Amino acid sequence: MKHTLVALLRDQPGVLNRSVSLFRRRGFNIESLTVGHTETAGISRMTLVIDGDTTSVEQVIKQLYKLIDVLKVSDVTQDPNVTRDLLLVKVYAPPAKRSELMQLADIFGAKIVDVVPDAMMIELSGSPEQLDRFVDLIRPFGIREMVRTGCVAMTRGASTISGPYQSQEFRAA
Amino acid sequence: MKTLTGAQMMCEALIAEGVDVMFGYPGGAIMPFYHALPEYPQLRHILVRHEQAAGHAAEGYARTSGKVGVCVATSGPGATNLVTAIADAMMDSIPIVAITGQVVTSLIGKDGFQETDVTGITQPITKHNYLVTDVRDLPRVFKEAFHIARTGRPGPVLIDVAKDTQNARGVFEYPATVDLPGYKPNYDGNRRQIKEAANLLNQAKKPLIMAGHGILLGHASTELREFAEKTGIPVITTLLGISCIPEDHPLSLGMPGMHGWVHVNRAIQECDVLFTIGARFDDRVTGKLDSFARNAKIIHVDIDPAEVGKNVVTAVPIVGDAKRVLEHLTEIANPNDHSEWVNHIREVQATRSKRQRDPESAMFTPHHVYAEFTRILQGEFRVCTDVGQHQMWAAQLIEYMKPHTHITSGGLGTMGFALPAAMGVQVACPNEEVWAIAGDGGFQMNLQELATVVQESLPLKICIINNGYLGMVRQWQELFHERRYSATPMWSPDFIKLADAYGIPGVRVERAEDVAEAIHQARATNGPFLIEFVVEREVNVYPMVAPGASISDMFEDPSEVEIEDVVAVK
Repeated sequence: MKHTLVALLRDQPGVLNRSVSLFRRRGFNIESLTVGHTETAGISRMTLVIDGDTTSVEQVIKQLYKLIDVLKVSDVTQDPNVTRDLLLVKVYAPPAKRSELMQLADIFGAKIVDVVPDAMMIELSGSPEQLDRFVDLIRPFGIREMVRTGCVAMTRGASTISGPYQSQEFRAA
Repeated sequence: MKTLTGAQMMCEALIAEGVDVMFGYPGGAIMPFYHALPEYPQLRHILVRHEQAAGHAAEGYARTSGKVGVCVATSGPGATNLVTAIADAMMDSIPIVAITGQVVTSLIGKDGFQETDVTGITQPITKHNYLVTDVRDLPRVFKEAFHIARTGRPGPVLIDVAKDTQNARGVFEYPATVDLPGYKPNYDGNRRQIKEAANLLNQAKKPLIMAGHGILLGHASTELREFAEKTGIPVITTLLGISCIPEDHPLSLGMPGMHGWVHVNRAIQECDVLFTIGARFDDRVTGKLDSFARNAKIIHVDIDPAEVGKNVVTAVPIVGDAKRVLEHLTEIANPNDHSEWVNHIREVQATRSKRQRDPESAMFTPHHVYAEFTRILQGEFRVCTDVGQHQMWAAQLIEYMKPHTHITSGGLGTMGFALPAAMGVQVACPNEEVWAIAGDGGFQMNLQELATVVQESLPLKICIINNGYLGMVRQWQELFHERRYSATPMWSPDFIKLADAYGIPGVRVERAEDVAEAIHQARATNGPFLIEFVVEREVNVYPMVAPGASISDMFEDPSEVEIEDVVAVK
C-alpha cells in the first residue's frame, strides 16, 4: 500500500543526502520525494510517497527519526489531507488539434502556458490520480516531453504537523 | 577578548568533555591540531602504528571505561583507515568521537592532495558527523558530538575539521548545553507498558531474560541481577551481553545463538515469555527468524525505537534505558520462584555441555587453554578477543565475573580488533590484568601495534591461538563447502622471534601440560608478554546452528546430522 509521509528537517548540510542514503541502504522503495521551504526559516519539509506494508513504513519513520536533523515525521495517509502533484507536459498540437486539447485542459482546470505552431505546453496541479487520468487522455495526441514534481501533502483542518516548532509564530499570526 | 586558534579550541573542548587520552596518528591536514597539543599536557596522546588501531583502541577504552573514546587522524588515507573501526563502533553502539583533519576549505571538492569526502564516506556508519569550515562552529560542534556519542543509544560521531579552520582564530566559549530539537532520546519507558510487561512476567510459567549489550552500556548490571533474583527468572546473555551477570550466578545460563549452548537455545524455544533487554535479535542469535522463540510472547526493551519490532514481532515494546526500566520493573514485579523451570534447563545443560567444557581429547585443543584461564585467573582479568573460532571459545569457555571484562567485536566481526582494543582497555584500566586473545589470522591484521604496546609501556598479555588456518572459515568449508580449504591454510612467522624483535618476551606452548606455566610466566612478567599456543589444527566450534537454520537444530558433532538438512541458507 502507498503511504504519504511528511517530515520536517533542519536545514543542515547533508540532511537530504542522509535521508536518501538511508532509503537506499535499508532498501526502502521510494515512489516520489519532494523537499521545500516551510513557514519557518531553517526548517525544510520533505514529502515522500513510499510503497510498503505497515511494518516497513514504521521502520522508515523510526530510521528517519534517528537522523539528528530530522525533527518530525508523520504518516498522513489515513488523515484527511490535500495531496498535490504538479505536471508540465508538452503535447504535439497542430492547429487542427488545438481546440480539442484546450477543451480537455479546461475540464481538468489545466493551464496552457506556451503555444507554438505545432505544440503546446500544459500545466496542471492536482492529485496524482487526477494527473494520471489527464495524461492518459492526452497521450493519443502525442506527448513530446513531460515532468512531474512528485507529491506535496498537507492535512486538512487547523492543526499542523510541526507542533511546537512553529506554534509560537502560529499564535502570533 | 582573548582569541584561540581552532586547534587550541579543539584541545580546550576535549578537556571540557573530560577527555584525558586519545589515540591517533598525525599527518598534513591535522598538523595544526598536533601543533597545539603540547600546550595541553593533560591530554595524553598515544601514537598508534595504523589509524585503524587508533579507532579500535578508542573503542576498547570506551567499552571498558564507559567514557567517550577519542581517536585522531589526518585527511584522506588517515581518515579512511579509521573507517573499519568507526563501522565497528556503530554496530556495537560504542561511544567514540573521531577527529579528522581535512584539506583547506578552498581545496575541498577539488580533489586536493589527501582529500577524501570523509563525512560522505562515514555517513551510514556514524551516529552523526560534521564537516567544520568555520572556526566559530567548533565549540558547538564538539559539544554536540560528545553529547550525541554518549547519550541515547551510544555511537560514533566524526568531526572533520578543515586545516585552515584549525589555524583560524576566534573567541572560545564552550556552550553549557546543546540545542538539538531533533534529538531527544527517551530514557523512561512508558509506565503502562512496563506494567503490562510485569503482568506478563508475573503470569509466566517459563519466563526467560535475554540480556544484551544494553545492560553493560547502560550500567545496569546490578539492576539486572536484582530483577532476576526477585522474580527468579533465569538470564541468558548475548555475545556482547557477556559479563553483565556473574557467570557462576545460579540464574545465569550462558550464551544463545549460533555457537551458544544447546540448553540456552532450547530454553528460548520452550519459554513462554522472552524478556529481551538491550539486545537487537541479531541473526547470529535468532537463527531462522520464523522458528525463533515460537512459544513465547516477546517483551523488548531497547533505548533505540528503531530496534523494537525490527526483526521480531513484539508483544510488549518498551523504549527506554535499561537501568531505569529495570528499576521500575523490579519495584512492581511479584517476587517469584522458577526453580523447577531453571532445573529443567540445567538438566539439559548437564547432559549437553559437559563435553565442550571438559575436553577429554588427547589432542592439545583451545579448550585446555581456556580451562586454565578460568582456573588461574579467577575472574580477575579483562579479555579482549578477536574474531573467529578462538572468539567463540573464549565466549563459551572462560567464566566472566565482573561487568566489562569481556570485550569483543560483535556486530561487525572485525578481525584485527583484539590487540588494538586491548591497548585501549589497558589504558583505561592501567592496574588491571588485560589479555588480548587472537587467532593467528586476526593477530596478523594489526600486529604492528606491538610497537605501540612497547612505546607506551602497556603491560598487555597477548595470546595467540595458532591453528595454522583461518579456522572459522575452514570450519565452514569443512561443513558446508565439501572440505575445499580454499585460501584458509595460513603460514605464520615465528611469533616468539617477532615479539623478541619488539623487545617483548614470549613463549610457545605446544602441549596441554605447559599451558598453566606459560600463563603464570606471563602474569609474573612486569610488562607485556606474548604466548603462542600451537593447537590442534582442525578442531571445530560446537555446538553449532548452521547459518539460516533454526536454533532448534543445533548439532555438536557433524556426524549427528545430515548437514544438508540443517543448512537453509549458506
